[in-house]
Amino acid sequence: MQLDRAALLDAYRRMRTIRAFELKLAELVAAGKMGGFMHLYAGEEAVAVGVCQQLRETDFVASTHRGHGHCIAKGVDVGAMMAELFGRATGCCKGKGGSMHIADVDKGMLGANGIVGAGIPLATGAALSAKLKRTGGVAVAFFGDGATNQGAFHESLNMASNWKLPAVYVVENNGWGEFTPTEFVIPVKDIAVRAGSYAMASAIADGMDFFDVYEKAGEAIARARRGEGPTLLECKTYRFMGHFVGDPLKYRAKEEAERWIQTRDPLDAFERRTTEAGLASSADLREIDGQVDAVLAAAVRAAEAAPLPDLAEVTRDVYVGGAA
Amino acid sequence: MTRTLGFGQAVNEALRIAMETDPDVILLGEDVAGGGARTGEDVDEMGGVLGTTRGLVKAFPDRVLDTPISEMGLLGTAVGAAATGLRPVAELMFIDFLGTCLDPLLNQAAKLRYMFGGKARVPLTVRTVTGAGMQAAAQHSQSLYWITAGIPGLKTVIPATPHDAKGLLLAAIRDDDPVIFCEPKSLLFSTGEVPEGDYEVPIGKARLAREGTDVSLIGMGATVRMCEQAADQLAQEGISAEVLDLRSLAPLDEEAILATLAKTGRLVVVDEATPRCGIASDVAALCVDRGFDFLNAPVKRVTAPHAPVPFSKTLEEAYMPSAAKIVAAVRQQR
Repeated sequence: MQLDRAALLDAYRRMRTIRAFELKLAELVAAGKMGGFMHLYAGEEAVAVGVCQQLRETDFVASTHRGHGHCIAKGVDVGAMMAELFGRATGCCKGKGGSMHIADVDKGMLGANGIVGAGIPLATGAALSAKLKRTGGVAVAFFGDGATNQGAFHESLNMASNWKLPAVYVVENNGWGEFTPTEFVIPVKDIAVRAGSYAMASAIADGMDFFDVYEKAGEAIARARRGEGPTLLECKTYRFMGHFVGDPLKYRAKEEAERWIQTRDPLDAFERRTTEAGLASSADLREIDGQVDAVLAAAVRAAEAAPLPDLAEVTRDVYVGGAA
Repeated sequence: MTRTLGFGQAVNEALRIAMETDPDVILLGEDVAGGGARTGEDVDEMGGVLGTTRGLVKAFPDRVLDTPISEMGLLGTAVGAAATGLRPVAELMFIDFLGTCLDPLLNQAAKLRYMFGGKARVPLTVRTVTGAGMQAAAQHSQSLYWITAGIPGLKTVIPATPHDAKGLLLAAIRDDDPVIFCEPKSLLFSTGEVPEGDYEVPIGKARLAREGTDVSLIGMGATVRMCEQAADQLAQEGISAEVLDLRSLAPLDEEAILATLAKTGRLVVVDEATPRCGIASDVAALCVDRGFDFLNAPVKRVTAPHAPVPFSKTLEEAYMPSAAKIVAAVRQQR
């Protein structure tokens, strides 16, 4: 799929929305306006957007505790997301999910997930549905390097490869599993090699480069749609902020983060590439920046003004047919 | 028409009807096809370790899936499939294996709908074999349904007869919430009358197995038969025992329990599981909380002891509840 100007600007808008959304949340938490456990995606935008730009709305993605970026990339409404994080009735999960469970199944977003690795079998099941129901759909599991040490990862990859499911397993290797460097707990340099045990195709992408992710995700998704089975796509990326909002970040050298932020920012790389190639101008991108900031400011205002959930919601939605 | 069928055959028949009536129903689990998908070789399929799913892969070759021995992977996949349009029946060979795969049930199946503000549904059935009675010892004999029954978002049922096995399984598969369907090991080769055709037994409704006036015996799964045997013995002593089969552990039919207690004033609850944090304790608490005025004697719980299930036949029999233990508990109330 060749990207036209509109698609490029849309990709930028999504990446920029993720960045601004996450920075806004950090600000709101610091101001005491928002609570809960929250993990921010800043720095990894090119992965979510590069992959999701290749997906259809009817395709499914399963996400992680660091899930806001996947939601935005998959088209979940940012106003409903903001309201959710404010715990409002108008939230996309009616204020019952929060950051770690933010979801919109109608957009094919099967949820952030508080359990590391748990989204991987969920996406595998979505791929099984697509295959057996012959929908032509694809399911993508996003997960971190840490999740590749979970049994759920290995069990899922084995089953998916054996059944040639239309799945893509996207590992966001950001070099840190919570507070532990990845190389302390994973003996292989490239997580992509783990696909070899399951006779599965694999690829490595520069997770800070939208175009590289987009191209390699496109190949993997096309392979899945052709019925040729799953792919393990490793995206080498970096978590600009802490593991969670409020993380004192004492375990990570400041210089390391500064180097990534100053030299490898995926938004800067996107801008350099598109402006140098004459695909977009800086003015185009600044215009989008302004629009994104306005949308987010409006989302915050609307969320703050939105009603709190009815207390009867505590026991609603436990079962389809109502309370047991 | 009604005929006599085995418990396992009743389960098999329900699966076949569910698959015939809904193309979204699939079976997946370890050995559920059991080699039956192979063609051109003179072999017969296993159809599950206890043969319960035998024959189904021949009828539905694309919809009966042997999985690797990966309980977490298969249950998690089943949850994802259920949330995206299929109606999977996953088999967890023995409920004891829950230790390898609780997360897909505890944190995914049970909670997706709630966490997503009502937007998701997970029409998943997990068939699993429970209980003692086959000398399968400590890791293949547990009655861990108290774990799933205690998790909001899951339903848990346990039939005591082939009739209810068929009807409850059909209801479970067609339910839009995740249901854990327990098949008590000691009943798997029992027989009973089973109607032909398609019928459902509603989830959440207990069954009055025998009417009586002096004491209520509450059973579930394998202990219903023990309650009936105890009722026979008590009848010889002039004590009229009512027997209630819970059938559904979550939701629990509290009204049926309170109704029989109101009628007899005495209640003994009989559970094959260990005594702590369990169904028997829930029933006893319900009687104290909402049925206190009906009680003419302390509620008695007849359960397994707080110990793993032993191997030796002698020890296993001593471990399990029995008609004699139920009769003794009734005598203590008098």
